[in-house]
Amino acid sequence: MSEGYRKFLRMKQLPHVWCPGCGNGMIVKALLEAVGELGLEQDKVVVVSGIGCSGRTPFVLDFNTMHTTHGRALAFATGIKLANPELKVIVIMGDGDASAIGGNHFIHSCRRNLDLTALIFNNGIYGLTGGQLAPTTPTGKRSTTTPTGSIDAPFDLVRLALGAGAGFVARTTSFDHKVMASLMKRAISYRGFAVMDILTSCPTYFGRMNEVAEPYDMVHYLRDTTSAMHDCTCGETDEAEDPVVAGAAALMSTGVFRDEAREDYGTLYGRKVAAAVERQRSAT
Amino acid sequence: MKSQRLVQGNEACAHAAMYAGCNFYAGYPITPSSEVMEILSYELPARGRVFIQMEDEIASISAIIGAAWGGAKTLTATSGPGFSLMQEGIGYAAITETPCVIVNCQRWGPSTGQPTKGAQGDVMQAIWGTHGDHPVIVLTASNVRDTFEMTVRAFNLAEKHRVPVILLIDEVVAHMRENIDWPEPGDLEVIERARPAEAKGFRPFAGDAFLPFGAGARFHVTGLAHGPEGFAVSDEAAAKELRRMVGKIMDRKVELAMADRYLLEDAEVGIVAYGITARPAQAAVDLLRAEGVRAGLLNLKTLWPFPDHLVAEVSERVGLIVSPELNMGQLVREIERAAAGRCAVRAVGRVDGHLLTPAQIATEAMDALRAGADRGMAERSAEGVRA
Ligand SMILES: Cc1ncc(C[n+]2csc(CCOP(=O)(O)OP(=O)(O)O)c2C)c(N)n1
Ligand code: SF4
Repeated sequence: MSEGYRKFLRMKQLPHVWCPGCGNGMIVKALLEAVGELGLEQDKVVVVSGIGCSGRTPFVLDFNTMHTTHGRALAFATGIKLANPELKVIVIMGDGDASAIGGNHFIHSCRRNLDLTALIFNNGIYGLTGGQLAPTTPTGKRSTTTPTGSIDAPFDLVRLALGAGAGFVARTTSFDHKVMASLMKRAISYRGFAVMDILTSCPTYFGRMNEVAEPYDMVHYLRDTTSAMHDCTCGETDEAEDPVVAGAAALMSTGVFRDEAREDYGTLYGRKVAAAVERQRSAT
Repeated sequence: MKSQRLVQGNEACAHAAMYAGCNFYAGYPITPSSEVMEILSYELPARGRVFIQMEDEIASISAIIGAAWGGAKTLTATSGPGFSLMQEGIGYAAITETPCVIVNCQRWGPSTGQPTKGAQGDVMQAIWGTHGDHPVIVLTASNVRDTFEMTVRAFNLAEKHRVPVILLIDEVVAHMRENIDWPEPGDLEVIERARPAEAKGFRPFAGDAFLPFGAGARFHVTGLAHGPEGFAVSDEAAAKELRRMVGKIMDRKVELAMADRYLLEDAEVGIVAYGITARPAQAAVDLLRAEGVRAGLLNLKTLWPFPDHLVAEVSERVGLIVSPELNMGQLVREIERAAAGRCAVRAVGRVDGHLLTPAQIATEAMDALRAGADRGMAERSAEGVRA
């Protein structure tokens, strides 16, 4: 796609705050391409973020934007979407934002299945606060709070989302730009709660602490620690051949792990309201 | 004839919210507030409005703020532990000037405390609970009819001033049933948020006009210090915005003040009470008058911004203010500040989970009067020695 995505940028708010070599810009470009290609009405798009480097994304996006509190973006988004179902609500979270402080909102959003798109900018570390351990930091990796290497087991956000019941779950990396944009189109179009775990690079903290300080090396790190695309059009996967499990040993699998049509929360609520209103009418 | 209903405080609160046009409730169950959400879980869908039970109180406050920016009139109700969890969100609502209403049915604390015992221990938290200077309005109610009216007022003030409004009731008012005149549509004023004259070019933080997302303008909302356009600022620009936000509430202290007065005109003892405690306080006035002490009651319904002028007025006329509260002395500090030494102030606290009785308040008043008289004699004789 051409430079069409630029119309979704608040040029006055540029330059953005991210470090040179940060993967976030690549994700944003893919997002804007996806929004453009889907032909979404700019006035009806709402981008909600939490707090973190990732949380700074909405500043530069020319949509309705809301930079909320750390971990709570999904809860704010739930209110926005239920109050006005016409709005297309896209939620941007950091990995710590989504799965540490916001873990409760994340699992409940997965189970509730409201029509929201959740994009997790997963750099495996706390970027904004200076490189501390995240729930996604691979065991053994260093951070400013695990200076000799982490002994914590990391979350696999795809498995977490699958287990919590999300209807659309995908993983990609900021390195796979084309794939990322096309997956985002699927995620945004999905009617229900769609989760994308987007592995991205933080050369400044994750990189410098773990011998991949050069942005170029960090991109290679993403390539070398992930395995090829998996596309699940089948609904549930058999545990034995679960690609997440298969890849868990060494490589993070990427691709679509679930894409299952089901009724979203808004549809169910609409039906409940119609029945309640009818009940009220026949009672009076 | 006005229709009457025998209802609980929580029931009055739920119905008053709908009366005020509330079309979005998000909450998490907690004693003694749960009836508010249970009633709304049935009534809101029946009116085509939104009810959702969230995963916790942090999610609840976040959802109602989000819903306000989605265009809704929003409410959540909770009690102590849940109210503590909501503090960060209340700060976000304050800095983003989001109209929303939070009802806190106070129970004995801290922590889990005594879930089914009434208290007034959250007054200072309601005013100062979130970090940083911030605008907020705190109201209270001392009976079921008041709870209805103050719930409607909470919505009106939230709408008018774009501010989170906290209504403090307590376990007793929440669960007490009283027969009340049931307001018909039109009996109580209902205020809607002002819309900007034009959507295009709307500056979200330039005044009291409010536009939700998707209504013809695109803008940014953030909890960072921001200017009128919503984008981050610092230094003097941040200070200016904070002063404006806090100022828009504090400068309206007189306009926002609400109180009931009972036999204050000729009073020599003023009881300044609020919430459930205003009821035994009123009975204490009668007890004192029967003893020949001219007592009166100022029943505060607006707790913040604190109505300094109303207390100052009382302090100019009486020799003694008695401040009964179901805590170890919270609002009394504001009362002392407002009285500014013009009269003596006696705090009367109770924290065993029971209500103050009229006799307790009256006895404390008599005791304070006697102590004052003794002190007066001592001062006079000291002066005599000096002379
Ligand atoms: C309640 C609260 N606790 C802590 C913080 C400090 N804080 C800001 S961002 C952040 C973590 C950032 O990491 P992540 O969510 O992974 O996002 P990233 O910056 O890496 O994009 C923390 C701990 C905060 N803002 N609010
Ligand atoms: S600290 Fe890391 S995540 Fe944050 S902007 Fe810099 S590179 Fe990106």
